Amino acid sequence: MTKLKICRRDRSLTVAARNRRQSRDPQGAVGALLLAASIAIAPLSAQTTVIRNATIMTVTKGTLKGSIVVKDGKIAEVGEKVMEPAGAKVIDAGGQYVIPGIIDCHSHIAVDGSVNEGSVSVSSMVDIKDVINPEDIAIFRALAGGVTTANILHGSANAIGGQTLVLKMRWGKDAQGLIFEGAMPGIKFALGENPKRAGNPQGGRGATVVAEARYPATRMGIEDTIRQAFNEAKAYKAEWDTYNAKVAGGEHLIPPRKDLKLEPLKEILEGKRYIHAHCYRADEILMLIRVADDYGFKIRTFQHVLEGYKVAKEIAAHGAGASTFSDWFNFKVEAIDAIPYNAAIMQKYGVVVSMNSDDAELMRHLNTEAGKAMRYGGVSETEALAMVTLNPAKQLGIDNRVGSIETGKDADLVIYDKYPLSDFAKVQKVLIDGNLYFDRDQDVTGRAARQAEKQKLLDKEKQNQQRQQPPRRPGA
Amino acid sequence: MKIPLTALLLLCACAAAQEPSAVAVRNARIVTVSGPVIDKGTVVLRRGLIEAVGANVAVPPDAMVVEGEGLIVYPGLIDGLSTWGMPGAAATTTAGRGGRGQTTPTPSAPAMPAATSTRARGPEDRPATTSWLKAADEISPTDRRIETARSAGFTTAVTFPTSGIFAGQGAVIDLLSGHKPGEMVVASPAGQYISLSRGGGFGGGMGGSFPGSVMGAIAYIRQIYLDAAHYQLVKEAYARDPRGMTRPEYDRALEGVLESKQILLPANRLVEIDRMLRFAAELKQRAILYGARESYRPEAADLLKKAAAPVLVSLHWPEAPRDANPEDVESLRTLETRDQAASAPALLKKAGVLFALYSDGLDQPHDLQRAVKKAIDAGLAREDALRALTLSPAEIYGVADRLGSIEKGKIANLVVTKGELFDDQTKVQFIFVDGRKYTPAAETPATGGRGPVTEGPGVNQ
Repeated sequence: MTKLKICRRDRSLTVAARNRRQSRDPQGAVGALLLAASIAIAPLSAQTTVIRNATIMTVTKGTLKGSIVVKDGKIAEVGEKVMEPAGAKVIDAGGQYVIPGIIDCHSHIAVDGSVNEGSVSVSSMVDIKDVINPEDIAIFRALAGGVTTANILHGSANAIGGQTLVLKMRWGKDAQGLIFEGAMPGIKFALGENPKRAGNPQGGRGATVVAEARYPATRMGIEDTIRQAFNEAKAYKAEWDTYNAKVAGGEHLIPPRKDLKLEPLKEILEGKRYIHAHCYRADEILMLIRVADDYGFKIRTFQHVLEGYKVAKEIAAHGAGASTFSDWFNFKVEAIDAIPYNAAIMQKYGVVVSMNSDDAELMRHLNTEAGKAMRYGGVSETEALAMVTLNPAKQLGIDNRVGSIETGKDADLVIYDKYPLSDFAKVQKVLIDGNLYFDRDQDVTGRAARQAEKQKLLDKEKQNQQRQQPPRRPGA
Repeated sequence: MKIPLTALLLLCACAAAQEPSAVAVRNARIVTVSGPVIDKGTVVLRRGLIEAVGANVAVPPDAMVVEGEGLIVYPGLIDGLSTWGMPGAAATTTAGRGGRGQTTPTPSAPAMPAATSTRARGPEDRPATTSWLKAADEISPTDRRIETARSAGFTTAVTFPTSGIFAGQGAVIDLLSGHKPGEMVVASPAGQYISLSRGGGFGGGMGGSFPGSVMGAIAYIRQIYLDAAHYQLVKEAYARDPRGMTRPEYDRALEGVLESKQILLPANRLVEIDRMLRFAAELKQRAILYGARESYRPEAADLLKKAAAPVLVSLHWPEAPRDANPEDVESLRTLETRDQAASAPALLKKAGVLFALYSDGLDQPHDLQRAVKKAIDAGLAREDALRALTLSPAEIYGVADRLGSIEKGKIANLVVTKGELFDDQTKVQFIFVDGRKYTPAAETPATGGRGPVTEGPGVNQ
């Protein structure tokens, strides 16, 4: 760790200096000062923050002791010594650590109602975007665990599941305010036990309803379901392409019927939508790669992918990412061959690997999940940290915006009191777009007041219940 | 000619409606709602309409006179979203949650045709849809709740089929007894009732029908409107020139959607209000939101105001569950909602949002009175409470030209009370529906049947 810090420090310094020159030099040094001063007077100054004296783990540019300047929601400068704009809000992070906001590539929080539209094997017509619940307390808890961005997925009950989207954990904003602007939309696919058992009265646990079994009930059937869906999608795409060509040629035609199930699949064929495929076993991973090759689309990420280490070469060759668990195994029959070295091995074969949570609780300590990759497989500190920051950002196609601490990127930053990959580290502050969304001190001091408010309401309710007489029933 | 009042009272002892040529309520305090209160005046009703109202209105010689000294006359109350008069509705509930596979099947309304008997495999099977169903065609005049509700001062209900996602089209009906259903209808159709749960089903998972989730229901509704637009396009093209063109298949689900000029969308929580307002805008439909439990939150009122969307606020105020596990800790939001829900009407009024109150399963006069009183105690002015149960629902459904206030030419729906309406001690003396006079029935104990409790439109847990 120390070695890394020393050798990279100079480089990031020069980068910072270069950026500074580029952005302000036209007016010379005095001009820069004047500019800084004028900004300090403008209302925008409220959006300028400096994090001082921290150990900064940038992920892409090493680790250094220094400061970060945040301006207008972006990282304006990172370095040992920075130009602190006058009037900037200062966060003294002496003895503390700053990492890029954690990104969870597989989450189901902030969803109203079921995360599964389990009635059909192809539920691509449903969209998580329609049921974002910005008031889900899991968002706040994820934030308190250092997560700033999460890929919110449909469940795994269907071979082809619902549409997914990327959210920032901007606790307090409305549904639209959470959406990661411009992030590529996705779709959930699922292979193996979940999609074959869901909707299958014989296979589903606790199934008491006598109903028609949903196709498919086997892994063969899942492949067939996906192929059938893409056959339909191709025909649908052809129908629209023909229509669009004719309309472009001046013909007046009734457009084909818009099919919400096939629209997202058409987008996949056009490369406008990412596939995040839930999977466990090596055979099903290979199956999906073959299907994708046959139909000419790409799998963006394999999710969970616990046997990914067996087919890492093939995953890398396809260009897919892998988002896995650190050390979960044996929780179901298809997870028997899981090993904690999975992430490290896949990475060694050139796969972009991330650690995901799939769970609101695990989501709160993804930093230690990343740390496990150092213990199992011996990846470096930076590589481990990248598994919950830069790598998921790459998998979601948002690494131009987030995933590392670099000038120009979104100021999504997490301040830990101790070494962030340790169990003992606690998140102190979380910034998203430069705004403070979580402050541990504030939260802790506010707890008593919230508890009192709650107790007041409970007492009031109890009092009312006692005072309330039983409703009179005249005539009864 | 003047008929002695005692003789009249004898005649109407059985609470059956009288049909004299004209009725005059005189010397009463008249709360017109649309105009100033007349401290002492007369209302004359003839042929089911208000013939005259004012402080100096002469009693016509042929009118039956009701001595109003010490009484107050109000416009008949309107239930802005009801199932009164709908067959079998008392046994149904839309509280099905469609959540994480936890819902138990609820019995479907016996008299309502089931949308589909087999499992729906997608939007094309038109699941849980009876959009073509019209409340006006389904009225059951023998619904016992009609008399109960009337005894609470309700003369009108905007009643809907409520089973399914596209449940069907409502009707504004007058709460008459012993008349033909056709005579009860004031306006039809009044809009399409939409819910986000199937009102049954198995949560979608284990062999359930599509849709089994809120997002599934939303996707389905979106597809229906896309299909309806396409259907209309094709139909119009075919009507222009059928030669050489394949005839479009008749789709009653889409027909029902196309003829609905406004839709009712469920939204209780702030999150849902935001979601449904956006959804209505996306669908380009005039929408009325119902439920509105969290509309006490200022953000909700702002959203509604900005969207200029009318809202129906449930009178079924949230209460602490009676059989809750005492170990369970409820969230601050849940507690806050229970504490403040009844202040929503006052807040909406202040924000300038058009709103009406609706019974939401309450039908006993005492329960309804108490529920309205709760809103008044939480800051709603008495006259605004009255408006939310008279002129406002009439405006929302476009029938303010005939209902909702005591004005010359409007339908003769009145409630005459001793004491101010919504007060605990107040007694309803007479109710006039279409000019027909009723006396309130003695309050009967609840039958157990409760109408649609919009506890969870669109999974509100």
